[in-house]
Amino acid sequence: MDQTTWNFIFIGITFSVYIGIAIWSRAGSTKEYYTAGGSVSPFANGMATAADWMSAATFISMAGGIAAAGYGASKFLMGWTGGFVLLTTLMVPYLRKFGKATVPDFVGDRFYSNGARLVAVICAIFICMTYIMGQMRGVGIVFSRLFDIEIWMGVMIGGGIVFFYAGLGGMKGITYTQVAQYCVMVFAYTIPVIFISIIITGNVIPQLGLIGNYVKEGAENSQPLLEKINQISVDLGFREYTAGTGNKLDLFCITAALMVGTAGLPHVIVRFFTVKSVKAVRKSAFWTLSFIAIIYLTAPALGMFARTNFIEEINEKKYQNAPEWFVNWENQGMIAWVDKNNDGIMQYRAGNVFTGKPTFNDTNRLENGPRLVTNEIDSSANEVYYDKDIIVLANPEMAGLPKWVIALVMAGCVAAALSTAAGLLLVLSTSISHDLMKKIIKPDISDKQEIRYARIASFGALVIAAYFGINPPSSFVAKTVAFAFGLAASSFFPTLIMGIFSKRINKEGAIAGMISGIGFTLSYIIYFQFWTESKDYWMGISPEGVGFLGMIINFVVAFLVSTVTPPPPQEVQDMVEEIRIPKGSGEATHH
Amino acid sequence: MTNTSSSSHNLKNNYWKANLSITFKLLLVWFFASFGCGILFKEYLDQFSIGGAPLGFWMAQQGSILCFVLLLITYSFLMNKLDQKYGYDEEGE
Repeated sequence: MDQTTWNFIFIGITFSVYIGIAIWSRAGSTKEYYTAGGSVSPFANGMATAADWMSAATFISMAGGIAAAGYGASKFLMGWTGGFVLLTTLMVPYLRKFGKATVPDFVGDRFYSNGARLVAVICAIFICMTYIMGQMRGVGIVFSRLFDIEIWMGVMIGGGIVFFYAGLGGMKGITYTQVAQYCVMVFAYTIPVIFISIIITGNVIPQLGLIGNYVKEGAENSQPLLEKINQISVDLGFREYTAGTGNKLDLFCITAALMVGTAGLPHVIVRFFTVKSVKAVRKSAFWTLSFIAIIYLTAPALGMFARTNFIEEINEKKYQNAPEWFVNWENQGMIAWVDKNNDGIMQYRAGNVFTGKPTFNDTNRLENGPRLVTNEIDSSANEVYYDKDIIVLANPEMAGLPKWVIALVMAGCVAAALSTAAGLLLVLSTSISHDLMKKIIKPDISDKQEIRYARIASFGALVIAAYFGINPPSSFVAKTVAFAFGLAASSFFPTLIMGIFSKRINKEGAIAGMISGIGFTLSYIIYFQFWTESKDYWMGISPEGVGFLGMIINFVVAFLVSTVTPPPPQEVQDMVEEIRIPKGSGEATHH
Repeated sequence: MTNTSSSSHNLKNNYWKANLSITFKLLLVWFFASFGCGILFKEYLDQFSIGGAPLGFWMAQQGSILCFVLLLITYSFLMNKLDQKYGYDEEGE
């Protein structure tokens, strides 16, 4: 069977499962729509949260980033898992006890003000919107590769599927679909790595690759794999794979911003409102991180294996003998080779091949010759360009694995993008139907009308997200990820923490804190990402890490303003005492 | 204030203090495993190795994640025990 047939089989089966689950579990009430009726088991919720959390970016790009940056990519590994420790110990048990369906609900009630609620709603919409665009783009790209269609068609198909089960099923439908999607993702991610691990380290457990030896056939003597990679890297002019990055402060700030941002992302927080009690929240958080860890412990091994395979397969080989996958990806424009020294051999070294992303001119291309690029050629000795996003997708081909494995990986990518998009879409639609319509604009609407607003809102949000997925304004999507995390880190995280752990922080403090935290973070990111080309960061802290500073500003401002304004009313202080006691959490309500 | 409500108030206060102490200790470990071993003391730890990997590098890429998972199961265990001690535990999950 050829590759396209396998792709159709895998995508077809997984999609039928998702749609079947959506129909089986469609929501009847707002409670089911927002929190799945509060009846999901901690184990199932853990799987669903893991799928919700791991996006197309994690699935496709992270291992490639690790392969390219080595130790420098540790910020993603630690940042995107460590946040769950903060989330579990500082936030979700208390928010679950509070018992409302959304994050702006808590902010509005705790700070007894619709102003605070509105600021929170705007933050939630902005965070989810920026995040969901990237997912739509991811779905579009995978579909266009799979079925050889235009990207816009891929985006429309993906959007249609997500609307179908997120709009119909609400949180209940999403939860059970995400459980299925997690299973697809974990197989798709680990199975190819297991095969490769056996070839390279002789160990069936790929996660142990980091501490294992290189035992590939034909190896002269067995040596630690990392030592070998360090050696190759240095030989080719790179820094050692395991070596530090120089700017510790920036690494520290980015890791912190990712952790704190993770703990402040509304679509992750609301997932814990679907279980029965505070006790179940704790258990579920443990399951969530365990499921995430299976993939996150595999990623660094995959990165190493991919780097080894890539160099062994390509470096110092004749272009005429280049492997099939190399030529395929070259035809997709994700790989390019410039024969700088005219020897017909590909030299892979440190440094840029040319400036920017490749642009091709195929009119003068010789038969069986490389595609010719029109970019300005760099003076470095490096001749091989590759887009690091192809690492996960190309890895099975690099290792010569069978075709069905490649189809499985594709299905995993789609599952990752769809599950995250669905979770985000739910928060977007509830922010509008519940927090905006029901709580602020039209308090007298009925349950049924509220769900109708939610469905209309999710349709509207999808149309906008699909539009930007099809027409991303110049690599806008990649840059906006910094926005989502920076905003979550500088707005929700500190505000929620203070709402739970302090009885003294009042509405003036919370609003002032949120606005100054976000204001600072947004200005810094916009200035360096869109305004200027300069990389002259303050103290060397890059825009990805600035959310950490924004968080500190939020804390300080909220504290200062609160001390000079009157304390919160007694009933709010009583409420804070109440949420600190786990007993009596009951079901999460929407009223 | 009656006697019963002030003793329930004390109970709540003691529970909250014990809760904060557990949370604080676990977050210390969290900080040490990730920011400490993975970033601040990475170079120092790299002189040791675990299997074929420098220890600081391994902590940053895998060790810290394993620590996080252990922290969450410890948190769940300690907090459930604390709830039981104060009679705040609930049936059902």
